[in-house]
Amino acid sequence: MFDRRLLTHFDWFLLLLVLLIALLGITNLYSASSSWEGAATPVYLKQLFWLGLGLGVVLGLVIFDYRHLEYLGVGFYGVTSALLLFVLFFGKTSMGATRWIDLGFFNLQPSELMKIFVIIILARYFSLRGEIGGYGLRDLAAPFVLLGLPALMIMKQPDLGTALLVLFIGGTMILFAGLKRSAAIVLSVGGLLAAGGGWFLLHDYQKERIRTFLNPERDPLGSGYHIIQSKIAVGSGGLFGKGFMGGTQSQLSFLPERHTDFAFSVFAEEWGFAGSLILLGLYMLLILWGLYVARCAGDHFGMYLAVGVVAMLFWHIVVNLAMVIGLLPVVGVPLPLFSYGGTCMITTMTGIGLLLNVSMRRFMF
Amino acid sequence: MSLNAAWADLTGRRQRLILLILCAIFFFAVLLLRLWYLQVINADRYATLSEKNRFRYLPIAAPRGTVLDRNGAVLVDNRPAFGLSALRQEVDDPEALIHGVAPLLEVSQEKLWDAWRSGSRFPRYRPVPLAHDIGRDSMERLQEHSVDLPGSFIDVLPMRSYPGEELAAHLFGYLGEITEAELTPRREAGYRPGDQIGKGGLEKSFEEVLRGEEGERLVEVDVKGRQMRQVSTQEPLPGSHLSLTLLRPLQQAAETSFGDQAGAAVVLDVHSGEILAMVSRPSFNPELFARGISGQAWIDLLKDPRHPLQFKAINGQYPPASTFKIVTALAALEAGVASSATTVDCQGSIILGNRAFRCWKKDGHGATNLKKALRESCDVWFYEVALRLGIDRLSTFALSLGLGESFGLPLEGEKRGLIPTRQWKRERYKTGWYDGETIIAAIGQGFVLATPLQLAVMTATVANGGTVYKPQVVKSIRSPQGEEVYQMSPEVLQTVEISERSLNAVKRSLEAVVNERHGTGWATHFDELKVAGKTGTAQVVKRKDDDEEDEAGRIPYRFRDHALFVAYAPAEDPRIAVAVVVEHGEHGGSAAAPIARDIFASYFGLEIGPLRPDDVVNVGD
Repeated sequence: MFDRRLLTHFDWFLLLLVLLIALLGITNLYSASSSWEGAATPVYLKQLFWLGLGLGVVLGLVIFDYRHLEYLGVGFYGVTSALLLFVLFFGKTSMGATRWIDLGFFNLQPSELMKIFVIIILARYFSLRGEIGGYGLRDLAAPFVLLGLPALMIMKQPDLGTALLVLFIGGTMILFAGLKRSAAIVLSVGGLLAAGGGWFLLHDYQKERIRTFLNPERDPLGSGYHIIQSKIAVGSGGLFGKGFMGGTQSQLSFLPERHTDFAFSVFAEEWGFAGSLILLGLYMLLILWGLYVARCAGDHFGMYLAVGVVAMLFWHIVVNLAMVIGLLPVVGVPLPLFSYGGTCMITTMTGIGLLLNVSMRRFMF
Repeated sequence: MSLNAAWADLTGRRQRLILLILCAIFFFAVLLLRLWYLQVINADRYATLSEKNRFRYLPIAAPRGTVLDRNGAVLVDNRPAFGLSALRQEVDDPEALIHGVAPLLEVSQEKLWDAWRSGSRFPRYRPVPLAHDIGRDSMERLQEHSVDLPGSFIDVLPMRSYPGEELAAHLFGYLGEITEAELTPRREAGYRPGDQIGKGGLEKSFEEVLRGEEGERLVEVDVKGRQMRQVSTQEPLPGSHLSLTLLRPLQQAAETSFGDQAGAAVVLDVHSGEILAMVSRPSFNPELFARGISGQAWIDLLKDPRHPLQFKAINGQYPPASTFKIVTALAALEAGVASSATTVDCQGSIILGNRAFRCWKKDGHGATNLKKALRESCDVWFYEVALRLGIDRLSTFALSLGLGESFGLPLEGEKRGLIPTRQWKRERYKTGWYDGETIIAAIGQGFVLATPLQLAVMTATVANGGTVYKPQVVKSIRSPQGEEVYQMSPEVLQTVEISERSLNAVKRSLEAVVNERHGTGWATHFDELKVAGKTGTAQVVKRKDDDEEDEAGRIPYRFRDHALFVAYAPAEDPRIAVAVVVEHGEHGGSAAAPIARDIFASYFGLEIGPLRPDDVVNVGD
């Protein structure tokens, strides 16, 4: 079953790139949380633990041929949808949102799992349909349902950020599958209308965030506080930054959530534009490499899988960075491999595991 | 290449892949442009902003929930107190700060250094409390000099206050600064170094209920860290209020009645198990702890031979002594081995094997029936009856009355007491049971132990005819919004089958204990109220018969007998049951019964004068 060729084809470059970014992230967390003296376990150590666990997930994933997922994925998708439904009714409520299932030792967040399973199920759908010279609206009915149902349930939790991410991931895969001209026009118009109509479906706090984003100075110490403080942190970093552990904004705790969603602000403040450029370059390399893996994939399923994972990483990176530097409203999307958090780390590493899997089996049927 | 030629040759897909790459490059380019704009073009502007960035989030402590008695009288409260805190991130020169503050507060620099150092566990942005509960004068002096004390500011913190001072202190427990071990599992719940946390009693058991949620305020500070302007406030959420079953005036009367004596008393509602009063003496003032008790005061409390920190009402285990005769009498009557007419000729002792078991009255009580045996607490009657009854039936009956088991009160340190059985003896001492031990157990000595709470429950159970109610102390919990989140209801632990005949025989005898001139409980008789009760005198050490009489009264405190008294009233239709233990008080009738007298007088609103000396029965047990 195990082929020695798998080892020779293993994508060491991708793994090393991921590890490099993750270690940069942990170093950054060390600085971000250094002023929390007396904490039980330092955040950076916990993140190191999650990275280890994530590598375990990667190892577990690359052993099995990703092609098994084509069939298993349907079941996983079904179970996770059921879990999402379950969360809506019986989930654990925290800070006004119900997203978790309390498993005692661990809070399971099905919406995170859903990101992966949406990728798998859409990859299966498109690889089955094959190349049909552009998808029409009728052909897209099934993907829309597969995508829309979980997105709606996640939106209901309410977790707008994750719901939009799921839609973005699915949308990217649909775009890649190819649209008929008519379908493309209908979808763009429909999308614009939905964005307008969606405003009325938003919760008050979500509307508030968007208003604040459009004009943060409107409420500088209330909901605009995060954006302003983060911009000051990033901007005051200048060209070369204030040096490791030298960020006054982040060290003096003006910066909220600096170890999770705003981890990049700490980095940008301490390493300046030069550091930001390098980090963005690494992320860009990761994305391009992922697309390269898609291009070389051994079959359609693997190709779509790789595109889906790349889309997931890409939208996380772009949305988080845009939020941190004031280009998007605060929606609570973490920066993969950089923000502290077990769930995000595991989801990211699952994606990386799938990429590596597709990559190392590119010459096999 | 040949294997993936299948799709790579399709120009459509290749184009779309290139489209994706272009999209990615576009978005990254936008991000980079924005970063360029922020970090290069506007770097100076943001650097200036960062310099001037002087907003601070400061925590606002949540007032803890208050504790009320059953009628809403305040038992535990909060009062606003001024404190001096410092923000470590603002203090460049701690030495200068402490040097400046010490004379203004009139405290030693050493003490301030201790506080400052203990603050090193705090996050840098969290205020370190340097001094708690400073007076108004100190506060005004500090305000005048605030310019010279950068990084420090005056904080208003709610301070736990116990208006009754020592009143029911053991029940309430006290607060103290959270320790590292307590903090670790509670971080998620929002606890921080320096927080106060319940360390005992209800303050500890109901910590989550009482605590509330911290608020925070955003303040603008100047370059020196002085607060210039309050920008916004998120109000703290106060803790929930606890209403107890306690009756404050009754509790007060019982505490006062103890005077300097050590011991415990419990008063129960016989029809619900509600605890109306629960006293442990000597007591302490929990506010000392809230203010941060000094080392010496703490050592004094720990070393006091009368154990002021022990919650004797639930934690003290005493031989129930003759109060246990109620249990023996009922068990014997129910088992049919004795009746109210059973008469024993008490000659001052009985001989079992080669050992004499003495009655407390050397000359004996003569012909004695049940009523006389209880009224004058004749031991020999119970020796005879106990031999017929046997330990198995006695211990089974005692256990059914709630003795020998804890009630699971939401309080630390509740003890189980001890009702010995054959099995227990075998496990504990690896030997069989002896008849002599049955005899001793029958008069509540030997192995038998009970807490004052258990004695009160036993008495209440007899009073209400056999229903063991779980003793409860929390009547209701009300959220800060006024919503009732918990309401106590009486809980029956078990019911004991006792025939009307046996019950009546014993109850009439217990009335005789108090209301007949030879009764040992004569001190609690009232004209307006009929009390029924039983005295007890528990041996602390075995003394030789010879030195008992001539040295009585002059033996050292720690060797004197414990005095006990259990009672209920009104005798015909009981409402409350009382158990009193006076440590080293010598005679139940003379030391414990007068306290019960004050308790009944307070509860039933009776006018009483001082106890006349000849009303006190100073003999026997």
